[in-house]
Amino acid sequence: MQFLTILFDTLLDILPIAAIIFGFQYLVIRKKVKHLPQVLAGFVLVLIGLSFFLMGLEQALFPMGGLMAEQLSSETFLPALAEGAQRHWSDYYWIYIFAFAIGASTTIAEPSLIAVSIKAGEISGGTINPLMLRIAVALGMAFGITLGTWRIVMGYPLQWFVLGAYILVIIQTLRSPKSIIPLAFDSGGVTTSTITVPIIAALGLGLAASIPGRSPVMDGFGMIALACLFPIITVMGYAQIAEWKEKRAAKATPAASRN
Amino acid sequence: MDFAFSLLRQMRDSLRDLAPVVLVIGFFQLVVVQQPLPDSVNLLDLFTGLLFVVIGLTLFIQGLQLGLFPVGEGLAQAFARKGSVFWLLLFSFALGFGSTVAEPALIAVAAKAGEVVAEGGLIANTLEAQNAFAFNLRMVVAASVGTAVVVGVIRILKGWPLHFMIIGGYIIVLLLTLAAPDEIVGIAYDSGGVTTSTITVPLVTALGVGLATAIKGRNPMLDGFGLIAFASVMPIIFVLAYGLIGV
Repeated sequence: MQFLTILFDTLLDILPIAAIIFGFQYLVIRKKVKHLPQVLAGFVLVLIGLSFFLMGLEQALFPMGGLMAEQLSSETFLPALAEGAQRHWSDYYWIYIFAFAIGASTTIAEPSLIAVSIKAGEISGGTINPLMLRIAVALGMAFGITLGTWRIVMGYPLQWFVLGAYILVIIQTLRSPKSIIPLAFDSGGVTTSTITVPIIAALGLGLAASIPGRSPVMDGFGMIALACLFPIITVMGYAQIAEWKEKRAAKATPAASRN
Repeated sequence: MDFAFSLLRQMRDSLRDLAPVVLVIGFFQLVVVQQPLPDSVNLLDLFTGLLFVVIGLTLFIQGLQLGLFPVGEGLAQAFARKGSVFWLLLFSFALGFGSTVAEPALIAVAAKAGEVVAEGGLIANTLEAQNAFAFNLRMVVAASVGTAVVVGVIRILKGWPLHFMIIGGYIIVLLLTLAAPDEIVGIAYDSGGVTTSTITVPLVTALGVGLATAIKGRNPMLDGFGLIAFASVMPIIFVLAYGLIGV
């Protein structure tokens, strides 16, 4: 019964794109769709698949993220507090470690990232090392989420962090080698896959709900935004370091050959 | 036979996406937390749920590759070559809008946002009000991605430089942040990250690459990317504006 409701809602979700694709195809381009039965079968698979995914989302992904946030910030788990003392932000260290581990582990093995980094290595002609690039993206993502959890613990406004990150991105965009810029911006999007987004969202909202003095509306969001911004910064940073090393090596070689 | 193979390969990819999450959480449960699960969480439910996620994602992506992507990409290339700016822009908007409405990560985050905003007392705490908020949010984000694709296509046609436009977008975001109600800021920033995942990226990239190949002197790699970069800034602007006008 529940599945039928989800199935119907999902049908409404994919109706616009189906209408747009077939509408433009038949009314504007006026050509028949090639392999029509296969295309229709594809739409049915999308419908069933999305319904299953959304059901699993409610049943597993959201609860898992929320559960971790709740357990790692509960009073029974945290170090004991002296009478009347305020809790220090460093008491939540397991949360930061967890956030970092989730961010790094989901990113480092991401197939689309592996493909992109190999390609970037080829384009750069050896200046960029594919493995180092992947590490740069994973570190950026992990740092972004960890910073996001720390922000929720402290209750600082998200604006400050995003403003700071924007300023860094702008400065680096103006200073980085041109060829790396598209790649850097893309890597921000690569890190937020369909599975990690719900887990991270639930983690942030769960933390904001269980840490005293924080509210989910004011503090719970923003983890995804930071997780997207910091890979841009680390990738451009890595490219700048790689370029600087290249230049230094180029300067050093003629000097060495003269001696 | 081919189909069964690609289905299996897709399932392996979905499992590989899920594995690090399950491993990290499992490690923390067994080694760090070492507490029994609370009554609200049922282990069997979790496992069936994860199974649904893997099956769902596998079928979903397989279906996209079978139906939506080939037709969508064919259309994108046809419109890029057609030469009519009006139809091209209309199609660009429709493509950005329609693909974002069906984006799973956006459905997930919008539903959570509806719940949280209702609990926070900003809208009536009923299921209808929550669903209405989630629906409106998704429509605003979808319209913003549609607009982003239109702006990106105009940029490719005119050959405007990309970074100045993105920096301009950032500045608008910062100005709107000062004016918008604080409760919407987090949701707005997050909605920029969820739009660029499963459906939108391949379709919109196909449009950018098709256009860049059809127009002389454009770089497919650079221009295809530009559309995505806009699609992650524009939602922030639109959702902040939506919060300003009134939720």
